[in-house]
Parts: sequence; structure tokens; C-alpha cells
Amino acid sequence: MNIGKSVVIKGELNGSEDLTIEGQVEGKIELRQNVLTIGANGKIKAQVFAKSVIILGEVTGNVSASDKVDIRDNGSVDGDIAAPRVAIAEGAHFRGSIDMQKTGGAKPGDQAHKVEQKTETKPTGAPAQAGPQTGATATAGAGR
Amino acid sequence: MLSDLLRWGGKRPRQPDASGTAPASRGEAPPMPSKAFPKMLAAIAAQPDPAVLLDLGPVIGSNVEFFGERLGCKLHIEDLFAEFDRHSRAGTLDELPKVFDTRFHHADGSVDGILCWDVFDFLPKAAAQSLARQIIRMLRPGGAVMAFFSTAAGGTSGFTKYEIVADGLLRHRQHAGAGGQKHVLANRDIIRMFEGLIVSDSFLLKNNTREILLRRKS
Repeated sequence: MNIGKSVVIKGELNGSEDLTIEGQVEGKIELRQNVLTIGANGKIKAQVFAKSVIILGEVTGNVSASDKVDIRDNGSVDGDIAAPRVAIAEGAHFRGSIDMQKTGGAKPGDQAHKVEQKTETKPTGAPAQAGPQTGATATAGAGR
Repeated sequence: MLSDLLRWGGKRPRQPDASGTAPASRGEAPPMPSKAFPKMLAAIAAQPDPAVLLDLGPVIGSNVEFFGERLGCKLHIEDLFAEFDRHSRAGTLDELPKVFDTRFHHADGSVDGILCWDVFDFLPKAAAQSLARQIIRMLRPGGAVMAFFSTAAGGTSGFTKYEIVADGLLRHRQHAGAGGQKHVLANRDIIRMFEGLIVSDSFLLKNNTREILLRRKS
């Protein structure tokens, strides 16, 4: 499902399928079992909870993912990230904290570890066709 | 051995140096050894888990992976180079001390490690002092600060990104931005600026940069 760039949502957005947002959302987004993609035109001022979050647009607010947060080139996040895996591409903007929720991190001096440079990749997978299940407080209207 | 000498005309074959252990990416400078960085990591490791780390440079994906995924640190990113660049372009560098006084919301003594990279090379004196005050305020007892200081004043210079390649290797990469005039701080100026912290290690690199590790007593 795509939320187009002329759409503005203020309130709570819940869903059980993958979602791509090109418009504006203010409030809260919950897709706990699914992938949320903030498109290049997307502007989010919200708390975000999802299985996986791919950010090509702008997010202001905290982002929490049970799997991965991926900030692509030109993507921007002002807020705190909590996820087991975080990838940030060259050219992305980030200000905030990152908590990868790992209690058993290896200690410095572990020479076996190899750091790999993050390489930018295009988003994979087309968004789902059906619409999101918006929460009771969600309101949508034509923007700008 | 003799056959080797004859084969190479009396010259030894070129041996890879320490910096050659990790290959450079195409078009990038090879990584440079760092003596202070492993000590910084050791200081962080000695702190209670999860260590809280503050990075004052631009966000780099592989560094986030290194600190977050490998070491399990809680990482805070405050890109002061972008802040400097913005004020430099706007001609408002004199506002930086006030910006630094209010920018950091970390509680006193709440940060285990602070990566300053070479930000002090670019800052005017008042801004550098303001930032140093904040660093001293935020650093937890036993915590460590790593910073690079140039030994030669230069003309305008672009920014550098420091990408962690391994525990003792950093790749210095050019970073887009206006940069600015590099200031040289004498060792005594650094010690005065960070009054309350101890210079625990200081290394002069081949490129005439000083790597300095500052610690707060436990």
C-alpha cells in the first residue's frame, strides 16, 4: 500500500501489512509485524514502531524496529533509534541516539571481527496492494 | 635468501606495512594506524554495560555498526561539523559558544566515551572552550575522550570523516563541507581547556596530527 504525497494523516496509523508513505504523517505509526518504507517524499513527525523501517525521506521522532532500521542516501532522522540492526548510508542525516539492544556485545580486542562498509542498495519488494488499517484516531485529507 | 637478493637486485621485496593490512577501497586513502583508538575502546569496555558513547562527527554507517552491533554501546550522534558548516556559511560562528552551551541534553557524568575527531581544529577559541566545558560536564568518571589536533596551521581545509576499519585502523576520508581555517592548539592550551581531565596518552602521527586521549579519574 502506498500513501501518496498529497495525503496528510494526523493521528494514529496501525496496520498489518507492508506500507510505503510518500505523504505526511503526524502522530504515531505501528506496523509491528511489517515493513514500513518512508519514501523520498515522505515527511513523518511521529513515533514509529515496525518490524523493519526503510527511510528515504524525513523522520522527526523516535523509531523502534524489532528487526532493522535502514536509513538510505538522503534519508533523514532526527530522533532516537532502537533496533537490533541499523544501517546508515553515506549521505544520510542522523541526529539522536542509537540503541541496538544487544547485551552481549564483543569486547574491544576481538580481532576476528571484520567491519563491513555499508553499501547503498535500492529498496526491495513492492508495497502491498491492500490499504492500511488506520486506527480510530486517524484522519486523512488532501494536503497542500 | 641469497637467491632472493639476486632475484631482487639486492633490494628486498616491498613488505606490506601495518596500514596495508586492510585494503583501501577504490579511490580512497589506505587506513592509518591509530594508537589512541584501541586505548579508547579499552576505556569504554571498562565501563558498565551498555557504555554510552557520544560521537561528535558525521554519522558513518560502519562506525554505527562497530559501536552498536559489535560493542553493544548506546551511541549518540551530534554532528558538530554540520553545525560548524551551517554557521560558517551564514557568518555566525560567534554564536557557536551559545549553541554548544544549550545543545547537549545529556546529564552530568552520563557519557562513557566521547569521540571529538578533529573538530577542535576548526573551532574559534570561545567555541572550543564552550565545547570543552560541555565534554567535561558530560563525561562519567573513568570515561575517555579522543581527539585529533593538528600541529600545523593551514589555510582553509575541508572536513575529514574517520571511518573505523578495525580496532587500530582508521580511514581518513574527505568529507563535503566548507571546512575552515585550522587552528593549532599547543599542548598547554589543550590541558587548560580540559581542566579536570587528564591527558592519559598523546601520539604524534606521521601526518603531523596529534592523537590525544583524555580521561576523567574514576
